[in-house]
Amino acid sequence: MKFDSPRRNTPSSWQRRGLVAALAAAPFSPAFAQFRVEVSGVGLTQLPIALVPFRGEDASPQKISAIIRADLERSGQFRPVDSAGQAMDETSRPDMSVWRQRAADALAGGSATRLADGRYDVRFRLWDVVKGQDLGGQGYVVPQADLRLAAHKIADYIYEKLTGEKGIFSTRLAYVTKAGDRYTLWVADSDGENAQAALGSPEPIISPTWSPNGSQLAYVSFESRKPVIYLHDVASGRRRLLANFRGSNSAPAWSPDGRSLAVTLSRDGGSQIYLISASGGEPRRLTQSQSIDTEPTFSPDGGTIYFVSDRGGAPQIYRMSASGGAAQRVTFNGAYNVSPSVSPDGRYLAYVSRTGGYKLQVMELASGNVTAVTDTAEDENPSFAPNSRLIVYATRQGGREALMTTTVDGKIKARLAGKGGDIREPSWGPFQR
Amino acid sequence: MVKRYFMVAALALVLAGCGSNVKLDPPIQGTGTDATATGQGAGQAGVGQGAGQSTVTQVQAGSGGVDSAGPAGVGRVIYFDFDSFTVKPTYQAIVDQHARFLQANRGRTVAVEGHTDERGSREYNLALGQKRAEAVRRALTLVGATDAQIEAVSFGEEKPAVAGSSEDAYAQNRRVEIRYR
Repeated sequence: MKFDSPRRNTPSSWQRRGLVAALAAAPFSPAFAQFRVEVSGVGLTQLPIALVPFRGEDASPQKISAIIRADLERSGQFRPVDSAGQAMDETSRPDMSVWRQRAADALAGGSATRLADGRYDVRFRLWDVVKGQDLGGQGYVVPQADLRLAAHKIADYIYEKLTGEKGIFSTRLAYVTKAGDRYTLWVADSDGENAQAALGSPEPIISPTWSPNGSQLAYVSFESRKPVIYLHDVASGRRRLLANFRGSNSAPAWSPDGRSLAVTLSRDGGSQIYLISASGGEPRRLTQSQSIDTEPTFSPDGGTIYFVSDRGGAPQIYRMSASGGAAQRVTFNGAYNVSPSVSPDGRYLAYVSRTGGYKLQVMELASGNVTAVTDTAEDENPSFAPNSRLIVYATRQGGREALMTTTVDGKIKARLAGKGGDIREPSWGPFQR
Repeated sequence: MVKRYFMVAALALVLAGCGSNVKLDPPIQGTGTDATATGQGAGQAGVGQGAGQSTVTQVQAGSGGVDSAGPAGVGRVIYFDFDSFTVKPTYQAIVDQHARFLQANRGRTVAVEGHTDERGSREYNLALGQKRAEAVRRALTLVGATDAQIEAVSFGEEKPAVAGSSEDAYAQNRRVEIRYR
C-alpha cells in the first residue's frame, strides 16, 4: 500500500490556504440549493473544492458526486466550486489551469460502473489543484444498496485528506417519525437519506440512542401502554426488553464501553437514575433525591454522568461520578436547562435552554462559556457527530418538525432529508468499523 | 512530525476501510493516469442487487394494554395547573370514588397515567408526567386503595388529549388518566 509523499500536503497547509481562499461566507450556488445548507457569519475558513460528475453516474441510481458535494458542504469546512462543462474520471490528468481559474483548491472526479453481477465499481481520485498534485484515490465494489455508502466513504476520504480529521459522512443516524397514528424508528445515512425502518409501532417511540459499537439501538417504546426500554439489534431486528420495571422506564444512555446503561426508573417512586447491565439484571440506583433526576448521559471517558434535576427548584444540568454520589451543578443561566449531550472529544456540552423559546446551547466545558447556536425556538434533543464537529437536533421550521445539523459554532446549518410526517429524536451513531 | 501525523492518518484510513463489510478495493496506487485497480471480490457474484452493509431489518410492534370497566359514572381525568403536581380539591370527589371502588374490589388494579403539554424536553416531560401520576397514586392510597393496586406511569407529552399549541390545548393535556386493567 502506497500513499503519496506526506510532504506534499499536510492538514495545516490546507487549513492555511482555506483561511486565505475563503474570505467570507460565500452564498451557495442555486445548483446546490436543494441541500438546504444555510451559511451565516463571516470569517469562515472554507476550502473551495470542485466535484466533477462521476463518469457513469447518470446511469447509476445514485448521483455520487452530488452526494459527496452535499456532505462536504454540510460539514461547514468546504465550499463547492462550479464544475459545469468539465468531464473527468479517476484516470484523467486534469488541466489544473481550468480549476485554478475557477478558484478551486481541490478537485475530485471518478466513475461508477455497473458490473456484470449487478454490483457497482466506484472509483475516484482527489487532486491538489494549487500544487497540481495527485492526492490519491480509492475504489469500492458495492451492491446497489450501498452506493450511497460508497459516496459517503469517498467524502470521508476527501474530508480526512484535506482537514486531517476523520469524516463522519459514512456514519448513521437514528430518528423517529410520526405519520398519522404510526410511529416509525428509522436508521438513515448521516444526511438523513436512505432511511430504513427498524421499528414500526402504533404507540410512541422516544429516546433512541446508538450503542458505542453502532450495532444496537436502545429506545423507549410505549407499545405495552407504559414506557419500557428495549435494546434492538438493527441488522437482525432482534430485540429484547432491558428495563420493564413497575412504573416508567426511560432515558437510556450507554456507557462508553457498551457494557451498561444509565436509565431513569420510577420503580421506587419518583424518577431516579439507575445503572443497569446491557445484559439485563438488577439495576443499581445512582441518585438518591426527592426530586426529578433524568436524562443521564456519560462523559466520553465514562467517569462522569451529566443529568437533569429539578432539585434546585427548576430543571438544571448537573454532573456526578458515574458510580453516583454528590452532584455539581453545571448550568446557571435561566430556569430551564435540559437534554445534555457531551461531545465525544469531551470539550463541549450541548443542551436546550428555555430563553424566550427552547434554544440549543453549546457550552465549552473548560471555560463555561455558552453560545446560542440557533435562531429557532423549539429546539430539542441535540446529539453530537462522532468527530465532535457537528450536532444534529430536532426543531420546528415552518410549522413542521425538522431535523437540522449545525456546526458547533452555529455558522453552518443544514436541514436533513427525512421521511414524511413529523420527525424528531435524532441520535448520531458512532464511526463505522 | 508532519510526516508521522500523516502516516497515522493514512493508517487509520486504511484500517477503517479494511474493517468494513463493504467490498473495499485496495486504494488505487500510482499517480493518476495509470490507475489499474480492478474490482476485487468477484466471489461475491450474485449479490449485486442484494442487501448492503447498512441493511436494517424491520420489526412491527403491537399495541398492549387493556381498558376495563371501573366505577360507573365516575370521571377518570384529573387536570393540573401549569408546572403543578398538586391534585386540586375539585378532584377530591373523583379520587375518593375510585379509592372506594378499589377498596371494595381488592382484586382490581389501575394504571394512573400522567401527561404533560408539549413544551420542552420529551424525557423531562416524561418525568413531569410521572410526578403527576405519583401525586394521584398517593391521593388514592390515602383514602383506601393499596399501593399494590396502582401502577403510576407516564406518557409525558406523547399522548396529548387535544392537538394544538394553544393555552387551552395545553390545559387539557396536563392531566392524569385513571385506567382500569
